[in-house]
Amino acid sequence: MSHSAQRLGVVAESAPGETRVAATPATVPQLVSLGYEVIVESGAGRRSGYTDEEYGRAGARIAGHDETWAADIVLKVNAPTADEIAALRDGATLVSLIGPAANPALVDELARRPITVLAMDAVPRVSRAQALDVLSSMANIAGYRAVIEAAHAFGRLFTGQVTAAGKVPPAKVLVAGAGVAGLAAIATATSLGAIVRATDPRPEVAEQVRSLGAEYLDVGVAQESGADGYARETTQDYDRRAAEMYAEQAAEVDIVITTALIPGRPAPRLLTAEHVALMRPGSVIVDMAAAQGGNVEGTVPGEAVVTGNGVTIIGYTDLAGRLPAQASQLFGTNVANLMKLLTPGKDGRLVLDFDDMVQRAMTVVRDGEKTWPPPPVPVSATPAATPAARPAAAPAPARAADPSPAGRPQSPPGRRRHLITAAAAAALFLLTAFSPNALIEHVTVFVLSIVIGYYVIGNVHHALHTPLMSITNAISGIIVVGALLQIGRGDAVVAVLSFAAILLASINIVGGFAVTRRMLGMFTRS
Amino acid sequence: MNLATAAQAAYIVAALLFILSLAGLSKHETARSGVALGISGMTIALAATFVLAADGGDNLATALLLVAMAIGAAIGLWRARIVEMTAMPELIAILHSFVGLAAVLVGWNGFLEVEYGGGSRAELPGSLLGIHHAEVSVGVFIGALTFTGSVVAFLKLSGRIDAKPMMLPGKNQLNLGALAAFAVLTVLFVISPNLGLLVALTVVALLLGWHLVASIGGGDMPVVVSMLNSYSGWAAAASGFLLDNNLLIVTGALVGSSGAYLSYVMCQAMNRSFISVIAGGFGIEAGPSGDRDYGEHREITAEETADLLREAKSVVITPGYGMAVAQAQYPVAELTRKLRERGVEVRFGIHPVAGRLPGHMNVLLAEAKVPYDIVLEMDEINDDFATTSVVLVIGANDTVNPAAIDDPGSPIAGMPVLRVWEAENVIVFKRSMATGYAGVQNPLFFRPNSKMLFGDARQRVEEIVAAL
Repeated sequence: MSHSAQRLGVVAESAPGETRVAATPATVPQLVSLGYEVIVESGAGRRSGYTDEEYGRAGARIAGHDETWAADIVLKVNAPTADEIAALRDGATLVSLIGPAANPALVDELARRPITVLAMDAVPRVSRAQALDVLSSMANIAGYRAVIEAAHAFGRLFTGQVTAAGKVPPAKVLVAGAGVAGLAAIATATSLGAIVRATDPRPEVAEQVRSLGAEYLDVGVAQESGADGYARETTQDYDRRAAEMYAEQAAEVDIVITTALIPGRPAPRLLTAEHVALMRPGSVIVDMAAAQGGNVEGTVPGEAVVTGNGVTIIGYTDLAGRLPAQASQLFGTNVANLMKLLTPGKDGRLVLDFDDMVQRAMTVVRDGEKTWPPPPVPVSATPAATPAARPAAAPAPARAADPSPAGRPQSPPGRRRHLITAAAAAALFLLTAFSPNALIEHVTVFVLSIVIGYYVIGNVHHALHTPLMSITNAISGIIVVGALLQIGRGDAVVAVLSFAAILLASINIVGGFAVTRRMLGMFTRS
Repeated sequence: MNLATAAQAAYIVAALLFILSLAGLSKHETARSGVALGISGMTIALAATFVLAADGGDNLATALLLVAMAIGAAIGLWRARIVEMTAMPELIAILHSFVGLAAVLVGWNGFLEVEYGGGSRAELPGSLLGIHHAEVSVGVFIGALTFTGSVVAFLKLSGRIDAKPMMLPGKNQLNLGALAAFAVLTVLFVISPNLGLLVALTVVALLLGWHLVASIGGGDMPVVVSMLNSYSGWAAAASGFLLDNNLLIVTGALVGSSGAYLSYVMCQAMNRSFISVIAGGFGIEAGPSGDRDYGEHREITAEETADLLREAKSVVITPGYGMAVAQAQYPVAELTRKLRERGVEVRFGIHPVAGRLPGHMNVLLAEAKVPYDIVLEMDEINDDFATTSVVLVIGANDTVNPAAIDDPGSPIAGMPVLRVWEAENVIVFKRSMATGYAGVQNPLFFRPNSKMLFGDARQRVEEIVAAL
């Protein structure tokens, strides 16, 4: 190939208090092996504890601010500022956190430049994309750090002990929301020796909670998670029962860690001021949803406050960043995995494939054109491995969640489909309306049979397409029926023609069935 | 109940059995009972029709009928028994032509009986008579089209004529012209049915069928065969309208929609519209990438391949038409057994358009006793290549071409392909460095993790088995 490799720039973060960096000396070699020329802005890794020299040894070149920002591909942690957007070259690709749902103005601003932007926080929740999911990897770290912060502020031990100086009761921890952050918090708190309880509106996470050694508190009102794998807003009934439960627990536990978030909405209020007032002095609350408005009444984003009754409410919004080296490492690995996906040729050329729903979902701007929001991606979309396993009787409802275009027939998109359907319906109507009764009966049978055929065949396993063809071949030999009825009815010519037709169709029938049987006899399982 | 209503009842039962038969074919577990259901449906339908025909006709007609069926059945059984699995596409194509020809004959008979002979003209009221004319012309047209189209497909698939697309000047205009001629002839025929018009109509349809398939290249044959399958169904349905027979209509519609659906799946797999496949060949676009320098390819011997396989943890084999041509499915199955005994995970990745028939590769592998649960579809295996140690590409080319993804200028751009190049090692079995059916160079061969194993695929695989 004659083209040269693209230049990939890792820039320093400008946001105050941001400690992370989008690539580390451990991920740079992965980027280099994809064929890119990697440059790192001087000092980019300083706050994560990575020196320029380490980046240099890993295969990157250290460059200045302007040169790094002028790279073909810019890797970054936080969303860019207006100045930074202006510093991007035309045709550049930016990879960073964007928060497109919460910051529509930012997306519009990005779309004013002829650039492509991939949002690391817009990774769809499908198994294949887990390796790219920074929200999960950051939530994991943040969940850990939340417990550490709570332990720091809590004036007692977490683990129960019987010592010469007396008995120490174990701390009781309540984790609200058992997502990635919640589960990490549960795991950390149990490993410190605390008694941990957790609650979540999605009953299916109970098993995960128990597997980490915590107790699952069931609110007792059924709730479902959304098709995207995230929690939905709860019902009023649920909220009333949950409030009672929090009141009970608040009086009992020492530490509360709240992690409840609903995508695209303010964080739900879980603990009211009354709940907080019920807690013992010295108790600690870590509100991990502080940046989205907080789960707890009285949370101050970015700060730790002490209430009148001596309860500490921690509202830090940079929990992941408080473990900078680890956060950068995981973020960098997620970014490197994304670059692997985007560099199918390993030739230092970024290729964006809009047929890949992961890439499609992450792209908020393509060549200056706004592509947010993406079409919906349901998480239950494990590519149907055995479309044939679906019962033949009920194929229609199952199709809504079926993303695999090869597996099922799909019609031309949107309006055109409606037009075609309308035209076909009108044509059929006219044809039938002007026909005599005898024909109408036939047309009815014909049309319904086509529909049946379509659904029956749609379920056939790909591997059986050849036997399918030979058996349809055999049954289309049914045309023999026509010739059979004609043979005795006309003159000699008709008889001869019918004779030939019967002979040919019989070859089909017998040959088709026989060869199908022979083929199917060969298919064996291991 | 009289004979006629009993026959109608039998037809309904038969039609339901056909539907169940196709439904049974959706899974390996139920496929065999599906065939049994189909055979029972056919037996019931034939028995009912036979009784009906014997009741009305004379003894000579009954005898003729039995002789014709016996000869047909004997030929059918004989062909079905001896056919090579690699020759399935040809067999299916020629079987389609029989249905087409039978439909033409039934249509002509209908004409001779009603319009020409005038025997039962009085039985049909005026409006129905007009419809009968139209039904004759539609039935004959579809049947004739299917007949010659299938014959050409058969000749191409069996290598009796060149598989290259025939490029007549203005071929699209020719096709459209034939369709227009059909419409005009049908209208004329409905107004005044006569022998000359029907002959002209038959000839036009025969020529159109011939030209339609002759101008499609070999690589598009899976689509063509399933399209002809569909046509043969519509031909049967048209005969059903003509003969006032619901069983024919139901069966024809089932087969017709089945073939249409398969064609659709094939077109999806090549990222092309049905119209573009029907309207033109694949090989015509030389592609802008023809002269590009792709670099050097590397060769490997059978022994070295065996060494690689011995060390491998997981192996994926992606076969193509070349495996069928070389009859390599038996040694491939042997290789699979050997490797599995050694604890190597072996799987097959089948592209939807591999081979010359939908599902062709699956049948070949089944013939060689490869268990079907390790034979996976493209979508099932594509994400696993990245963790695969060795991929063996046997006789496949366009279906594993990275240009479909990387090179927007490539004639096969956008076609979903098996991403074999993500594996650690790719061994490509190939006769020479020639291009595939699409006439497109394959950058896969020049990738750093690809090695070429030249020669006859069957021999090479046998050598690998021996070296293991």
